[in-house]
Amino acid sequence: MSWLREHVALPESLSTDELTDRLTALGLKLEALERPGHDMSGPLVVGRVLTMEPEAQKNGKTINWCSVDVGAANGTGDPQGIVCGAHNFSVGDLVVCVLPGGVLPGGFEISARKTYGHVSAGMICSTQELGLGEDHSGILVLPEDAGEPGDDVFGLLDLREEVVELEINPDRAYALSIRGVAREAALGFDLDYADPAARAVPPANGDGWPVEIEDAEGCPVFVARTVSGVDATAPTPDWMARRLLLAGMRPISLAVDVTNYVMLELGRPLHGYDADELTGTVGVRRARDGEKLTTLDGTVRALDPEDLVVTDDSGAIGLGGVMGGEATEMSQTTTRVLIESAHWDPVSMFRTGRRHKLTSEAGRRNERGVDPTICEVAAQRAAELLVEHGGGTIEDGVTVVGTAPPREPISLPVDLPAAISGMSIPADTTLAHLAAVGCDVEVDPRGDSLWATPPPWRPDLTDPYDLVEEVARIVGYDEVPSVLPDAPSGRGLTRGQALRRRVGRALAGAGYVETVSFPFVGAADLERLGLDGDDERRRTLRLANPLSAEAPDVTTTLLPGLLSATARNLGRGTSDVALFELATVTLPENGAPPAPLLPVDTAPSAAQWEELQRAVPAQPQHLAVTLAGAREPAGWWGPARPATWADAIEAVRVVADAVGAEVEVRAAARAPWHPGRCAEIVVGEHVVGHAGELHPRVCASYDLPPRSAAAEIDLDVLAAHAREVVPAPRISSYPVAKDDVALVVDADLPAAELAATLREGAGELCESVRLFDLYTGEQIGEGRKSLAFALRFRALDRTLTDAETAEARAAAVALAVQRHGAEQRA
Amino acid sequence: MSGPNTDFDPVEVTPLSAAEVERMRDEALAAVEAAVDLPALKAVRTAHAGDRSPLALANREIGALPPQARKEAGQRVGQARGALTQALAARQEVLEVEHEERMLVEEVVDVTLPWDRSPRGARHPITTMSEKIADVFVAMGWEVAEGPVVEAEWLNFDALNLGADHPARTMQDTFWTEPADHGLVLRTQTSPVQARTMLTRRPPIYVVCPGRVFRTDEYDATHSPMFHQVEGLVVDRGITMAHLRGSLDHMLQSLFGEGITTRFRPSYFPFTEPSAEMDMVCFVCRGTGAAEQGGTCRTCRGEGWIELGGCGIVNPRVLTACGVDPDLYSGFAFGFGIDRMVMFRHGAEDLRDLFEADVRFTLPFGSEV
Ligand SMILES: [Zn+2]
Repeated sequence: MSWLREHVALPESLSTDELTDRLTALGLKLEALERPGHDMSGPLVVGRVLTMEPEAQKNGKTINWCSVDVGAANGTGDPQGIVCGAHNFSVGDLVVCVLPGGVLPGGFEISARKTYGHVSAGMICSTQELGLGEDHSGILVLPEDAGEPGDDVFGLLDLREEVVELEINPDRAYALSIRGVAREAALGFDLDYADPAARAVPPANGDGWPVEIEDAEGCPVFVARTVSGVDATAPTPDWMARRLLLAGMRPISLAVDVTNYVMLELGRPLHGYDADELTGTVGVRRARDGEKLTTLDGTVRALDPEDLVVTDDSGAIGLGGVMGGEATEMSQTTTRVLIESAHWDPVSMFRTGRRHKLTSEAGRRNERGVDPTICEVAAQRAAELLVEHGGGTIEDGVTVVGTAPPREPISLPVDLPAAISGMSIPADTTLAHLAAVGCDVEVDPRGDSLWATPPPWRPDLTDPYDLVEEVARIVGYDEVPSVLPDAPSGRGLTRGQALRRRVGRALAGAGYVETVSFPFVGAADLERLGLDGDDERRRTLRLANPLSAEAPDVTTTLLPGLLSATARNLGRGTSDVALFELATVTLPENGAPPAPLLPVDTAPSAAQWEELQRAVPAQPQHLAVTLAGAREPAGWWGPARPATWADAIEAVRVVADAVGAEVEVRAAARAPWHPGRCAEIVVGEHVVGHAGELHPRVCASYDLPPRSAAAEIDLDVLAAHAREVVPAPRISSYPVAKDDVALVVDADLPAAELAATLREGAGELCESVRLFDLYTGEQIGEGRKSLAFALRFRALDRTLTDAETAEARAAAVALAVQRHGAEQRA
Repeated sequence: MSGPNTDFDPVEVTPLSAAEVERMRDEALAAVEAAVDLPALKAVRTAHAGDRSPLALANREIGALPPQARKEAGQRVGQARGALTQALAARQEVLEVEHEERMLVEEVVDVTLPWDRSPRGARHPITTMSEKIADVFVAMGWEVAEGPVVEAEWLNFDALNLGADHPARTMQDTFWTEPADHGLVLRTQTSPVQARTMLTRRPPIYVVCPGRVFRTDEYDATHSPMFHQVEGLVVDRGITMAHLRGSLDHMLQSLFGEGITTRFRPSYFPFTEPSAEMDMVCFVCRGTGAAEQGGTCRTCRGEGWIELGGCGIVNPRVLTACGVDPDLYSGFAFGFGIDRMVMFRHGAEDLRDLFEADVRFTLPFGSEV
């Protein structure tokens, strides 16, 4: 906050909360607010060391017994006796003393205490103890003109700081700097703003370090300044180190810290080279094939021909704008520094950063776009800071290669901000707000539009709508009224959507619990289903970057997820489980064409759209159910009824009823089902899925109890065959004639087939055929079974005679005898 | 008719004498009165009113009497039988009532016995929540649009103003598919459905698109590689941010009650310009940030607002890529997480509960949320 206040005249009355609220409303969202130093309290004062007597201690340490003038701060004016373990100060120095009753960071309260044979009435503080930095090697010695003994140091040292952390959206890279945030604060409260980039810089001349730019597109501007005679050991000033720390950067050395400090202040990343390690002309070009570079993180990187590199006569010395090279890195012995302040192509920065998996504060700014017009200013600022704190001189040579690309004006209809935001925004408000964000605004002579040239630090402003957002956010999104649009009359849910809801409700009503699973599977999951090598469900879409190597594929069947979910429930103590899932599966085709990357400046042509559609794999809606344990639990009514293959088939019938489709059930063999207890579900000519008992090996491999059952169907195909309109049945008001028939047939004749035969044979007088008993046993004979059916006969127009009923029944039996070799049981 | 028989006369047959008829009647009435239950009464009915009962036999002899005597005897027997029938009916009614009362007492059951014989089922709260959201918009005349989860890269990114070198493309950690040059991804947002809608329909467009989306997030209590989003898209003439806010306010009030409104904060999404983050007034503390019992509200952590998602005016570049003339039409779009809404609406604490399929978690939600 103190840094911010240097550049914008924030009134004292404005609280930090008010400021951050406004910044949040402007689009710089408050992420965190920290208040270091706010847990400290006085008395914390300037002291002058009057005497110090070194005393050797038994533990080998030497302490200093000091008397310190703290003015009137201790109430008596007498010197304060303080024990101090550090030695980096001498009599006459100004230091910071915390007196008894004072509290240091972390709630560390100071009291007079007996130590090393003295009563120490307070403490002489180090930088670290004051929360000002990491340096704990010695106590903080204040400059001679810092103040008088007894002066309060809170204000003197800005001990109480507020650190505002903002979340910056990628389009607002300018706000990744004090410069940018100060500007936002100024426009938010209509305050005076002192642009830290408004500095005098010497003009370019031919005396600077020679620089040649081979790729002006990748590096439009390159400024080089040299500072020589720098004290390599000069420390970073405490205030600068503190600001870097509070900004989340670790102080390293003066030269590095200065470049980082300028980056935080102006938003312009800089790079410093040890000029004595540079040989010859500095250049910028794209990397060569096979070129390698050791970056200053110690990694040897194989460069890509798209990477922009900085070079000298020795070859590549840095990844331009992303990370410097090790060979020319500034070190503890660097006395001559070459400051590079260059503008880089954001796209190239982004690609290089991603390619080398490099993220850095510099790269983050360079890939989002930096003000290209402040290269000179930033270099000058860094050079001045370096000289100020490290000595030496700025060499006269000023190298500037290239110029910042000019900005094109954007035409904005004056009424567009109002028309898009829905707020009433007069033209002069638009003009004022665009000017506040730094645009040069000119009203078109015709008056209904204006031309705004965005400032160089706003590469994100390219379209009229971008300007609308700028105006709208300053007016305030809170002002946007709430108005319902007049939607045209809709047609409600599609048939497919409505049917899916119905299926879900029907299954929930039938006692199934819906699950939502991840669609990721691996070969092992499919193996556990017992799929053949050529089963089409093994043809999966493979992920390039799966989260787990065990499940790298997008699934073709819902069963692996559902079976695992069933097992998980059993493992957690639920003994009877019935689940369902309704989701898409992905069925890629062999040899499918790639999806084209179409242009975006116009809509795709019909052919292009067709091509794109073909590339996207089919993703039908599937429905699957699993059952394990009891379908009905044991209770006082009697024993449990275990879930069986028949329940799985019944679940499919429930679904078919819900969508209004008529399905036929036929015996089939398919993994993962028990080959003798698997049904295929047929609608029309299509097999829509399978249901039945799971293969014993599948039960075992998924940790399910024996006889667990499952079904999976393609809901899209089923729904496509659903009746749209149910024909109303005609109900006869004549009495029904009932008759039963028991037939003995071969054991492998499907009951459904025999029933269909009876129905066919009985003719149109037959109202229904229902199987009511199944019997096998000695009486019937090996390989045979007895099926008993209840037949109901009725005519629409008359009461049937006994003869008519008997005739129809006889015809039914006759057809069963003829077609299946059935014998009628007495 | 109760005088003694002094003269022998065939007419004066004994069973038909007044005294005898009276005796038979009294005997029968006494038997009726003595019947203790319905079976006993049935036996009495047979014995005294049946075909072979004394009164019935007496009745048969009436025909042998001379006319005068016949009439008298007929009346006598008839009256006796009438009295008996009446008594039987009365007794029948009493015994039936008694029987019913006794039966109702005897048949008492313990109605607290459990009948959890047929299993309970439930739909997933994400399903029902997304239907609930969709229904609000369908009621306004919008339609529900859907699209594939394995999607063309162009539709997931490029058509939405997210070019290959857009820094925002790294914000979304995308699942890519093999082969890498086939341009297919697991959609990172439901926005490609919006692009598909614009490419296949003419404006006016009013659609809401719920669905599954994927990001390469590690799976933990607050992150999941798969989650659910709902996005809305309107493209029509004269659409403004005010329409966006109106639609969202309406949705929130339908879902969370009167007074729940939105707050917009400027943000950045390539798909929209201007863009905003939207927050909703916390429906628990209604914006105060305080819990009813004191302390801070747990739902919004004392903020008074719940972060919902992003929204804005559809970027004209997107309209162009999707074949809509930006000079004629403008649009708005919004999107937010369904899973998160389920979590804060129902106070769920671990995102994984939504994806572990534990029936103990899902069952209480039943079929609607
Ligand atoms: Zn709340």
